Amino acid sequence: MTLYDLANPTRFLKLVKVLLPWLIVATVAALAVGLYFAFFVAPEDYQQGQTVRIMFVHVPAAQLALMCYAMMALSSIGSLVWKHPLADVSAKASAPIGAAFTFLALFSGAIWGKPMWGTFWVWDARLTSFLVLFIMYLGIIALWKAIEDPIKAAKVNAIITLVGVINVVIIKFSVEWWNTLHQPPSIIRADGPAIHSSILIPLGLMALAFVLLFVTLHLMSMRNEIMRRRIRAMRMRAASVAPAASSSTVTKAAPAGAR
Amino acid sequence: MKCLFVREYQLANRVGGGALIGVLFFLAVVTIFPFGVGPDMILLSRIGAAILWIGALLATLLGLDRLFQADREDGSLELLVMSGRSLELVVLIKCAAHWAATGLPLVLATPVLSLFVGLDFQSIVLVTLTLLVGAPALTLVGAVGAGVTVSMRRGGVLLSILVIPLAIPILIFGVSAATAGAIDSNNFLVPFLFLCALTLFGLVVGPLAAAAALRVSGD
Repeated sequence: MTLYDLANPTRFLKLVKVLLPWLIVATVAALAVGLYFAFFVAPEDYQQGQTVRIMFVHVPAAQLALMCYAMMALSSIGSLVWKHPLADVSAKASAPIGAAFTFLALFSGAIWGKPMWGTFWVWDARLTSFLVLFIMYLGIIALWKAIEDPIKAAKVNAIITLVGVINVVIIKFSVEWWNTLHQPPSIIRADGPAIHSSILIPLGLMALAFVLLFVTLHLMSMRNEIMRRRIRAMRMRAASVAPAASSSTVTKAAPAGAR
Repeated sequence: MKCLFVREYQLANRVGGGALIGVLFFLAVVTIFPFGVGPDMILLSRIGAAILWIGALLATLLGLDRLFQADREDGSLELLVMSGRSLELVVLIKCAAHWAATGLPLVLATPVLSLFVGLDFQSIVLVTLTLLVGAPALTLVGAVGAGVTVSMRRGGVLLSILVIPLAIPILIFGVSAATAGAIDSNNFLVPFLFLCALTLFGLVVGPLAAAAALRVSGD
C-alpha cells in the first residue's frame, strides 16, 4: 500500500471505514488515560497550584495547531507537485481543524494567563503570532468557500498556504528570538526536557491523545469532503442530463413567482 | 517589457484618480489617528512611525485588487499568459509599475505627513527610508493575494484578510527599524537589514506565487 494506491477515493474510503472504529476507540482511551493522569495523578505546581492543569490541554492544542498547518502545507505540495487528488481533500479538511485547535490554544492560554500573568491577553510574540495563525486559518477557509470549482480552489489555496509557511517558522521560533512573557520551550531542547517526569508523562499522554484525535478528525473530515464532492458531481450530472425538464419547470414556475 | 511597464504605469495612474487617491487615503488614515488617541504631540511622535507604516500598508492594500483584475476583465490577462513570455517577469513588471504609480507617491508623501505626527528630522528620514525599502515588499506580497483572488467578483476584502498576516513581518521590522533609530541608533541596522531581506525574498517568492495563481485562474 503506497500513497498512490490511496489516490482512488473509493479505496481510501474503504480503508477509512476499517481504520476509523479502531482510531475512535484508541482516541477515547488515550484521552481518558491522559485526562486521568492530568487531573488526578500529576502534582500541583508549587507556584501555580491547580491552574497548571490547563497546560495539559493548552500545550497539545498549540502543538496540533502547528501540526495542522504542516499537514496543510504538505498536502499543498502534494496537490501542486503530484496533483494527488486526495491531497486537495486533505488540505481542505485540515483547515477547520487547525482553526479549532488554534482557537483552543488561544482560549486556554487566555484563561491560564489571567491567574498567572494577571491579564487575558498580552501582545507577546508567541501569542501574537498564534493570533496571526488563527487569522490565516480563517482566511484560508474563506478562500476555500469563495471559489466554486474545487480543483481551482485547491491550487489557489495551495499557493497561499505555502507562502504562509514562513509565518509558521516565525511562530515556532518566536519565543527564542524575542524574549517576552511566554516561556521558552522546555520539552524539546538540546539538553533534554526541563520538566520533571511527573508532569512530563501526563503531558506526553495528552499529546499522544491529541494526535490521535487529530488523525481521527482529519480522516472523518476527509471522508465527509469526498462524499460532499460526490454529491456535487452527482448534482452536476443530474443537472446536465435533464436540462429540458428542469428548464420547462422553471418557465412554468416563473410566472407564478412573479405574481 | 518596457512598453508593458509604461502601459501599466499609465493605466494605474489614470484609473480612479491613480496615485492621488492612495495618497489621499494615506492622509485620511494619518489624520484619524490624532482623533482616536488624542492630540498629544509627545504620544503621537512616539507612535508616529507606526502610524505612518500602518497608513502605508492600508493604502497599499487599497489598490491591490485592481492589479490583475482589470486585465482579467478586458481579457488582456489571457493575452499576457499566452504571450509566451515568462509570466513571472510580467508579474514582476506589473508590480514594479504598480509600485511606481501607488507606492512611490506614498513614500514621497511620508515626510510631509510625518510633520503631522510630530516626528523630528532624523525620524522623518528613517521612516521614509524604511518605507522606501519596505513598500515594494508590501506590493510583492500583495501581488500573491491579488493573483489568488483574481477570479473572484469581490475579492478585495478577502485579499486584505489573506495579505495582512503575511505583511506582519514586514511591518514589524519596518517599524522597529524606524523607531529604533530615533531612540538608539545602534539598533537600526539589524531590523533594517531584515527589512531589506524581506524585500529581496518578496522579489523571488511574490512573482513566482502570483504567476502560479494566475495560471490556475486562467484554466
